[in-house]
Amino acid sequence: MFDQLSDRLQATLSGVRSRGKLSESDIDAAMREIRLALLEADVNFRVVKSFTKGLKERCLGSEVLDSLDPGQQVVKIVNEELAALMGGTGSELAMANSGPTVILMAGLQGSGKTTACAKLAQYFGKQNKDVALAACDVYRPAAVDQLVTMGERAGAHVYERGTDADPVEIASWALEQSHAERRDVLIVDTAGRLHIDQDLMDELSRIRKKTKPHDVLLVVDAMTGQDAVGVAESFAETAEFDGVVMTKLDGDARGGAALSVKAVTGKPIMFASTGEKIEDFDRFHPDRMAQRILGMGDVLSLIEKAEQQVDEQAADDLRDKLRKDQFTLEDFLTQMQQVRKMGPLSGLLGMLPGMGAMKQLKNADVDEGELDRVEAIILSMTPAERADPGIIKGSRRKRIANGSGTRVQHVNQLVKQFDQMRTMMRSMASGKMPDAQQLAQMQGGAPRPKMRRR
Amino acid sequence: MSTSWQEIIDLGARTPVAAASPGEEQPARRGVFKRLRESLSKSRQALTEEISASLFDRIDEETWELLEEALILADAGAPTTAAVVERLEHEVDSGAVPADGVAVRDRLIEMLAEVASTGRAPIDLSGEPAVLMMVGVNGTGKTTTIGKIAWHLSREMGLKVILAAGDTYRAAAAEQLAEWAQRSGAELIRADPGADPGSVAYDAISAARAREADVVIVDTAGRLHTQSNLMDELAKVRRVIAKQIPEAPHETLISIDATTGQNGLRQAKLFSEAVELDGVVLTKLDGTAKGGIALAIASELGIPVKLIGVGETLEDLRPFDPSDYAQALLAE
Repeated sequence: MFDQLSDRLQATLSGVRSRGKLSESDIDAAMREIRLALLEADVNFRVVKSFTKGLKERCLGSEVLDSLDPGQQVVKIVNEELAALMGGTGSELAMANSGPTVILMAGLQGSGKTTACAKLAQYFGKQNKDVALAACDVYRPAAVDQLVTMGERAGAHVYERGTDADPVEIASWALEQSHAERRDVLIVDTAGRLHIDQDLMDELSRIRKKTKPHDVLLVVDAMTGQDAVGVAESFAETAEFDGVVMTKLDGDARGGAALSVKAVTGKPIMFASTGEKIEDFDRFHPDRMAQRILGMGDVLSLIEKAEQQVDEQAADDLRDKLRKDQFTLEDFLTQMQQVRKMGPLSGLLGMLPGMGAMKQLKNADVDEGELDRVEAIILSMTPAERADPGIIKGSRRKRIANGSGTRVQHVNQLVKQFDQMRTMMRSMASGKMPDAQQLAQMQGGAPRPKMRRR
Repeated sequence: MSTSWQEIIDLGARTPVAAASPGEEQPARRGVFKRLRESLSKSRQALTEEISASLFDRIDEETWELLEEALILADAGAPTTAAVVERLEHEVDSGAVPADGVAVRDRLIEMLAEVASTGRAPIDLSGEPAVLMMVGVNGTGKTTTIGKIAWHLSREMGLKVILAAGDTYRAAAAEQLAEWAQRSGAELIRADPGADPGSVAYDAISAARAREADVVIVDTAGRLHTQSNLMDELAKVRRVIAKQIPEAPHETLISIDATTGQNGLRQAKLFSEAVELDGVVLTKLDGTAKGGIALAIASELGIPVKLIGVGETLEDLRPFDPSDYAQALLAE
C-alpha cells in the first residue's frame, strides 16, 4: 500500500509537473495527495496540517505562478520544505571537555533502547573511545543479561549490579567508576517507561540529576504512530532530551513519527538504527529521510541524469514515430542504449519513487545480461528485419539466433514482446491513456479514500 | 458485557480445572471494565478533546472534519476513517440515524465496535496438545505476552503448559522466558543461543506429547516483516510444527504495539502471508496511544484483535472486547 501511495503521489506530482499553467484547484489536488502521503507515513496530523498549509501558500505565490515551468517548481518546493522540516543538516552530540561524556538513553518499552545503547557503544568504539554501559533497567526480566551480552559484542565494559539495586544508585555508582577508570563515554541504559507513568518518570529525572548527562537521547521506534508527539512532549518535560535515536528504520516504515518529533520539539534526529547487526547504526541524514518519507526516491537527480543523456532532437523524433506508429526495433535499440548510458539499471531503479520499497524488485536484481542478449539479437538483424519484424520467419530466426549466440526461443520471445509493446503504444498514442487511479487498481490497489480535509 | 478468558479461549473437549466460580466472576468483570476504562482514560481525554459531547450538538461539515481528525489521530488510518465517517454521515443525511447528538454518538460507537469485530473468533486451543505460535516485530511484547498467557492458562485454568524458547537470536531472550516459565509454573524447552528455532519447537511438541501437556506456546524472535530471509525462517518453523501435528499451529498470534502507526498494517499483512495469522495481541494500550491501528487491521485485513495488554501486571493482559473498546474510546 505504501508503494501505491508513493506512486499515486508521484503521479500527482508528475501530473502537476507536465502542466504549463497551474490553477488553484490543481494545487489543491496536489496538496490533498501530499497530505495523504504524509498521514500514511505516520506524520502527526497537526504537523501535516500546518505543513500543507505553508506549502500551499508558497505554491500559490509568485515563485510558482510566474515561473516558466510551474509544475517543476512545485516539486522543488515540496522537496525543500520537507528537508527543512527534517532539520536540514545533522546535529552533533555534546562531548565532555574532561572526564567521561555521559549519555542517558530513554524511551518507551520495546523502542530498542538496550540494542541502541550497544550500537552507540560500538559507534564510539570505532572512534577508539573507551566506552562503558550502565545497566539501569532492573525491571524487565533479563534486561541486564541482554545488555551484558550486547556490551561484550560491542567491546564495551558493562557496569551492572543485578536487578535488586536501585537504578539511580546504579547510575551514580557507574559514573564514579567511569571517572575512576577513566572511561571516555558512559552510556546509561534505562528501563522502558510510559511517559504517563509518574513514578518511573520521576526516577528518570532523578537519574538525570545524579549523572548530569551531556546528552539525553530519546529512542523512538520508526513505526510509532500519531502518539509519538505526545510521548516526545512528555519526555521533553521530564528528561529534557537533546536528540532522537530512530530505531527499526530497516523496515518499510516511513518514519513519519520521528519527523513529527523533530517538528514539534525542535530536537534533531541524531542517529538511525538500520538493521539487526550491531554495526547497523549511523548518523542520521535529514535530507535522505525527507525523500524516503514521500517515497520520492531521488527523482530530481534521475531527471537531471536523463536530461544529460537524452538528446532532445532524438526524443522529438521518437515521439513522432510513436504517434505515427512507425516505432521499429531499430528505435527500440537506440532507446535502450540511451537508457543504459545513464548507468546500471539497478541503480536507476533505486532512484525511482516507490521502487526501493517494492518487494519483487528489491529481491530480483535487474538482469543486465538479459539486456545484453536483446541488444545482440537486434544487432544480428538486417535493417529490413529491424524495420519490419513481421518478416522474421523460421530460417531468419535461426540465422539471428546463431549470429547473436542465443537460441531461437530467445528470438521468438523478443519478437513477440516487441509486438505486444507496439500494440500497447498504439493504444496509448490514440489517447487511451489509463489514468493513475485505474493503474493503481490494475495493480491490485484499493481506490483512494475520499478525504475531506485538505 | 466484557469478554472473559473462558469466552475468548476454545478449549475443545477439555474442561478448565480451576475456573473461577460465577459468584466471584461478577465483581471481577466489572473491575476489568473499570480497569480498561482507566487505562484508556488518557486516550479518552485525547479523543474527547475532539469528540466532545458538544461535537454532535450541531451537525455540519465541521463535525465530520473533526471526527475524521480524531480517528486519524487515533491511528485508524485514512481508508478506515474515511469509510466510517462517510457511512455515518450518509446515515445521518438519509435520516437513518436521527441528527441528535446522543444518537449519532451511539451509532459511532456501534460502528467502531462493528469494525473491531471483523473476523472475531476465540483462541483455538482445542488441539491435544494445542500449539500456539507467537510472532511479531522486535520489541512489541511477544515474550511478555507469552508469559502472561501461560500464567492464565496454567494458574487460572489448570492447564499443563510448555513454553518453547524459539527466540534463539536476541541476547537473554530465553532467560526472560525462563523467568516467566517459573512464575507461571510452565515447563520451558530451550536451546543454545543461535540454535535452529524449528528444532526448539520440535522438541517442545515432542515433550508435550510425552508428558501429555495441554498447550505448547512457541516464542519466536522478533523480526521486521521486510526481512524476507527471517520471514522464510518463520515459515519454516511453522512447517516443522505442522510436520509433527498436521493442524498445528492451531493458533498464530501477532503482537502489535498499540503505539504503532500505519506500518502495523504492513506488519500484519506480511506476517500473515508468511504464517497465516489468526489474531492480534494489541500490547501497551496503557499509554496515550489509542491503538486505532487495530481498527485498520480488522477492516482491511479481517484479522481480529483477541487480547490486549493494558499494563505491566499479570491481570493486565485481557481478552479484547470490541464494544468495551469502542465505548472506552468514546464514552464520557
